[in-house]
Amino acid sequence: MSDVKTAMGAAQFEGIAKVEALPATGMITIRGTFSDAGFGKAVCAAAGVEALPGVRETRLTGGKGLLWMSPDELLLICAYSAADRTAHQLAEALKGQHALVANVSDARSLFQVQGRNAREIIAKLAPVDMAPSAFGPGMVRRSRLAQVPAAIWMTDSSTVQIMCFRSVSEYVYGLLTTSAELGGEVGYY
Amino acid sequence: MSTRLVSGGRLIDRTKPITFRFNGKRLKGHAGDTLASALLASDQMLVGRSFKYHRPRGIVASGAEEPNALVGLGEGARFEPNQRATTTELFEGLTAQSQNHWPSLDFDIGAVNTHFARFLTAGFYYKMFIHPRPLWKHVYEPFIRQSAGLGKAPDAETKDSDRYEHFYAFTDVLVIGGGVAGLQAALAAGRSGAKVMLIEQTAHLGGRAPVDGGTIDGQEPGAWVDQTLAALNAMPNVTIRARTMGAGIYDHGYVLGYERVADERPGTDGPRHRLWKIRAGRVITATGAIERPISFAGNDIPGVMLAGAVRDYVVNYGVSVGDRTVVVTNNDDAYRTAIVLAKAGLSVPCIIDARPLGGGALMEEAKALGIRVETGRGIAKVLGGKRVTGVVLCNMVGEGALVEEIACEAVAMSGGWSPVVHLWSHCGGKLTWDADQAAFRPDATRAPIGADGQANVLAAGAANGFGRLQNVLQDADVAGKMAAHALGFDAPKDAPPMGEDAAVKPLMPVWLMPQSAHYGLRMKAWLDYQNDVKVSDVQLAAREGYESVEHTKRYTTLGMATDQGKLSNINGLAILSDALGEPIPQVGTTTFRPPYTPISMGAIAGEARGEIFQPLRRTPMHGWHEAHGAEWEPVGHWRRPYCFPKAGEDKHAAVAREINATRQSIGMLDASTLGKIIVKGPDAGKFLDMLYTNMMSTLAPGKCRYGLMCNENGFLSDDGVVARIDEDTFLCHTTTGGADRIHAHMEDWLQCEWWDWKVYTANVTEQFAQIAVVGPNARKVLEKLGGMDVSKEALPFMTWADGTLGGIKARVYRISFSGELSYEIAVPANQGLALWEALIDAGAEFGITPYGTEALHVMRAEKGFIMIGDETDGTVIPQDLGLGWAISKKKADYLGKRAQERTHMTDPNRWQLVGLETVDGSVLPDGALAYASGKNANGQRNTQGRVTSTYHSPTLGRGIAMGLVLNGPDRMGEVLHFTNTEGEPIAAKIVSPVFYDPEGEKQNV
Repeated sequence: MSDVKTAMGAAQFEGIAKVEALPATGMITIRGTFSDAGFGKAVCAAAGVEALPGVRETRLTGGKGLLWMSPDELLLICAYSAADRTAHQLAEALKGQHALVANVSDARSLFQVQGRNAREIIAKLAPVDMAPSAFGPGMVRRSRLAQVPAAIWMTDSSTVQIMCFRSVSEYVYGLLTTSAELGGEVGYY
Repeated sequence: MSTRLVSGGRLIDRTKPITFRFNGKRLKGHAGDTLASALLASDQMLVGRSFKYHRPRGIVASGAEEPNALVGLGEGARFEPNQRATTTELFEGLTAQSQNHWPSLDFDIGAVNTHFARFLTAGFYYKMFIHPRPLWKHVYEPFIRQSAGLGKAPDAETKDSDRYEHFYAFTDVLVIGGGVAGLQAALAAGRSGAKVMLIEQTAHLGGRAPVDGGTIDGQEPGAWVDQTLAALNAMPNVTIRARTMGAGIYDHGYVLGYERVADERPGTDGPRHRLWKIRAGRVITATGAIERPISFAGNDIPGVMLAGAVRDYVVNYGVSVGDRTVVVTNNDDAYRTAIVLAKAGLSVPCIIDARPLGGGALMEEAKALGIRVETGRGIAKVLGGKRVTGVVLCNMVGEGALVEEIACEAVAMSGGWSPVVHLWSHCGGKLTWDADQAAFRPDATRAPIGADGQANVLAAGAANGFGRLQNVLQDADVAGKMAAHALGFDAPKDAPPMGEDAAVKPLMPVWLMPQSAHYGLRMKAWLDYQNDVKVSDVQLAAREGYESVEHTKRYTTLGMATDQGKLSNINGLAILSDALGEPIPQVGTTTFRPPYTPISMGAIAGEARGEIFQPLRRTPMHGWHEAHGAEWEPVGHWRRPYCFPKAGEDKHAAVAREINATRQSIGMLDASTLGKIIVKGPDAGKFLDMLYTNMMSTLAPGKCRYGLMCNENGFLSDDGVVARIDEDTFLCHTTTGGADRIHAHMEDWLQCEWWDWKVYTANVTEQFAQIAVVGPNARKVLEKLGGMDVSKEALPFMTWADGTLGGIKARVYRISFSGELSYEIAVPANQGLALWEALIDAGAEFGITPYGTEALHVMRAEKGFIMIGDETDGTVIPQDLGLGWAISKKKADYLGKRAQERTHMTDPNRWQLVGLETVDGSVLPDGALAYASGKNANGQRNTQGRVTSTYHSPTLGRGIAMGLVLNGPDRMGEVLHFTNTEGEPIAAKIVSPVFYDPEGEKQNV
């Protein structure tokens, strides 16, 4: 695995919030029928969670779990090294059902924005209500950051994680660091 | 002269002096001043020249409606033209230049225009510059461009040194305007429990009330404002932002707010402007009202100001516009100005009230202060040039005969107040004419409608047509409660605060002063200061047949300047209505469009500048390409290497070298940008049979097949190689630009039409780095890397296999877009660079050569392979391209099949794909047309074909091209002549499009 090279490496920036590129992470796209008991059981087992997340929700524990992506799509998060094996095992478990499992760990990049102003950094870029009353840990939004698609979720009240396509990693990092530059506090939340 | 009074000025801090420069002159002001108040405090009455006649112009207003006091602000990278002095907060070191004059503000050559005013009437340009025609381009247009525009554009070589950003906010109730109405509306909505945001364009909350007086709940309005602000600030559900203007209201409660974060402290950290993108459940426009000027001769001479503004300068900034101020009015409010001036110890020689009987309680108060009041009178004309020296008093009725000359330094005029209905109107709110106030106000029965079918914008206070304090507060209270209630919040049943102010007598509409002013006066009576439109211009337009207010606006340019007619609109259309003999409501208003006042281009761009102007997509090997001197070609948002020139090599030579190396030994291409879409499910084969023109369901696992995709109209839309992974799973390659589009196309059909088919798709384009290894030595290099069998037997042409190469998990496709022995290797993106570098190392002994998109294009053209976007342009069907072999005859249906059976599609005269070889070996121009005999109905030369791809082939040492030609395949060997913009037509022979290895022996080894 020594040859694994993520798009942004260990880039980080400290402004009115801390912006950092996260290391390679296992990400598996799963499509299927959520209401099918067999589907839910197999997916939950693979993700190590009790139940599927509800609409626009996450179920994450210790860097592993599921994100709701659409009414028939989930994203399983796990260790990068476990992604191939997990995807293969899940595909086996779902055999005979109509479902799709694809390892997309390399297709995406993850970033983290942390600190008191983390919500504001996102609100400068995404048409998402980042107010604590509307959005917090346990929720996910599929939206955009400026001109590119992104998914956004919070792991605690001051930490936002962002997923984007790998090819636009530098752009997204540029968006986040520009928005986190000193003096940019909005004071809205 | 205008000057600073020894006391007063509630907004300035006299302990904090500020130095600034105006036209190079060092001047002093105080913290809290606007540039306008500081200029007036320094007796700078003359601040600019008018647009057309270069008339001397002074400050007219004290806020966003100011038409005259526009300056070039800042220097170098921070220079900005057309900044309003009245809304520019003063800061240490501010530099400003006046505009539209040469050589200087005081002595301006262009002022000679004023003597030609008789000729520079409405429509002058249209009438004057139409004949003779050729003069337009070479004489008139350059001249007009030179004289057009007020400010200077910033130097094209400088870059704005400031930062800008956007911010998305969501709220239940948005209140626009922080006067007493806005504050009360916010309070009422906030107490209901709704989430409230209040934005105010100036730096101060409270609006006009602290200047205009009266009492609220028995207190001075200023004290009530402080108390209410404290209450609002204590509410966690209420946000207040000063210096934030409501710029525009759009559909579904979407509002743009323009925050001037750091205009008054340039150079500090942080953004200069922030554009708020606010989504609100309900919007309350508490945007106040704007005072109207009165149209009398010389109403543009510096020193003639709005009465409210004169009052503002005294009360807010401790600035007197002149020792002696004549007040001229048609309403009671202007008396407040006279009273304020008298109480400040200044002289008011006369209040000229156009109403025969004058006003009410305020008139009595003024009289009690010893001020002379002349009722039923008007101003015939203002005396003075660069500043006011006096006025000529006349009877309101009549043509303006002199009654008396009154000496003064300033004139405070008030033609009544117009509600600021701009934001209300942006998204469809309609207006109603209020004859009592002679103003348009919002019609609540025809409000902008939100997604719930209910009114989602509510006007409040003065913006809703209310003038008295009590009515303003009550209206705002109701608006706040209604807005919250509509969103499901229970409004408290408390009463609004009690407002008390003087009772007023009705105003009398005055659109021209005196009533029957003669022409000489009318052509000096300004309506639009900024665009130099006078009463006589609008009357002329009416005489010339302009009936629509929108047409008159454009013909006379009334209201078309940067102030968008905030002062001139109502006065202008009243003159028009009078000239047309139609009532004002029938004539109507022009359209109010966002933004309310101009906002900076930087704020609109937000963060999108420099490196993050646009997303740039990079493959995992992008950095390597960059380090190795790639010339880039944009393909969608991707950057792909066009070629890799070596030192001293031009692009043409680099492309030739790359092709020769590939054909003779081995080349490699970064093909990561190709779309890769997984299609899986029991119905996947059936689905792909519908999407592609050929049969995909019969493809065996482990094999690859080239396919074409058409849209419903039969036109070729995309192409690529499909690999069958297993019984249920296919991997579809698309073109680079087609990945997202084709994925969306698939989902569209699956979600909207064939929703019951069991198929899932996933776009995995970016999961894989894909490298094409191409050329006779390709196999040797892969064998050197080792890990899997890539022999002809194990991995024949048009098959794929999983394995490892050089220790990296890989999927290898035996496909070729060059006609050579070729492998496309897909590996996880994070290991793409590792594989690329391993191939460079392993291939070194064979001279492995990275090649770019141009070599790819030339090599595919040598093989006669089509390229989506070159051979296709949205009007081409596969049958045009000799691709009939890829169209299944067995299938009952596929997307585009029925369309391809229409007569026009089956017409044998459709142009067909052929190869083209120039007779002299040169390269045909791209897009060149083949001449045919005769001319068409438009007198144009007939054509019989066109070039779709054209290159120099280093392999063949000559120009090659593909093109669509009438009956082309039946005309092999015939010579056509092609258009050539550079010289003589070029002769080219029709040949087979496959120039290289027609038997395909080289790729199948």
